[in-house]
Amino acid sequence: MAGHAAAIASPYSVPPGLMQALQVVVLVLVAAAATGVVLIRVPVRQTIAVSAYGLLLALMFLAFQAPDVTLSELTVGAVALPILLLLTLAKVRSRQK
Amino acid sequence: MTPALRRWLFFAGLAGLMAFYLWGMKGLPGFGNYPGPYGFIINHIAVGQTNATGVVSAVNFEYRGFDTVGEEFILFIAATGVAIVLRRLRDEQDENPAPDEALDRAASRTSDAVKVGALMFVGPAVLLGWYLGSHAQTSPSGGFQGGVVLASAFVMIYLSGEFLVFRRISPVSLIDAVGAAGAGGFAAVGLTAVVLGMPYLANFLPLGTVPGAVSSSGTIALISFFVGIEVAAAFILIIGELLEQTLIVRQGRH
Repeated sequence: MAGHAAAIASPYSVPPGLMQALQVVVLVLVAAAATGVVLIRVPVRQTIAVSAYGLLLALMFLAFQAPDVTLSELTVGAVALPILLLLTLAKVRSRQK
Repeated sequence: MTPALRRWLFFAGLAGLMAFYLWGMKGLPGFGNYPGPYGFIINHIAVGQTNATGVVSAVNFEYRGFDTVGEEFILFIAATGVAIVLRRLRDEQDENPAPDEALDRAASRTSDAVKVGALMFVGPAVLLGWYLGSHAQTSPSGGFQGGVVLASAFVMIYLSGEFLVFRRISPVSLIDAVGAAGAGGFAAVGLTAVVLGMPYLANFLPLGTVPGAVSSSGTIALISFFVGIEVAAAFILIIGELLEQTLIVRQGRH
């Protein structure tokens, strides 16, 4: 990896070490959030957790130089999916009553 | 099967899965090392060939435009399916409507904080969605992201407690038509190239002179626009149908 990084100019305007630290932090946060989503058992709370997890995934894609995927993940993972889940939960509840 | 045996079976399966997984991981290229030639080739030639500095959009709407047509129709068909399953026909009624036990209670009011917060974001969401949809050729953005952001503006109008406004500005027949025009427009851009004697989805429009200008990149910008309105319409349609389903039950309770 080091040889490859030296062959092309560093794409970051910050020191590469700092960027790698950021990437590791984001990866740990993503893993923690994913575990949290699985451990939360109340559907409504789980939906909010999925939304936060989507936000973290978007940050992760940004930290790994994929701004296009960041935008897709932001719109789908953090907004569209939670909205659909919440609406479905509301629908299921109104039928149960 | 006893719980103990079941546990052993699970651990045996887990061990096998982990062994294969680690074996597979060992064969992956190193972190940050891209082995294939295509990425480098595209990086090298895309801006010169298409005048689009948003190279991801150039790949999506030009180099693999045919794949994107398929993806476009996946969303279109998904929205159609939701509409067919959920849409309530005029003379359709619940066979066993749930008895409402508290007919006299008032529907809960939307708090002023939620109203102001939601309405405040409508304008910026429309602007951002439009910007994303119309700048696919210049920077990381594109019709898909822009369409979802545009649709979220409509959701915020609903969040502010204005379902009637939501329906007035997004009547189902209009949204259906816009969605169909978006999906059909994409396919039509491809067919126009065929009519002009070029391969399907070939870029037949002038590419502009300045790489990365909004007016550059020919059909890439046009396709992004069609994708944008199709995606926005599909999401508004799906969310609207689901909202209507949950609201029908509540309407009787006012």
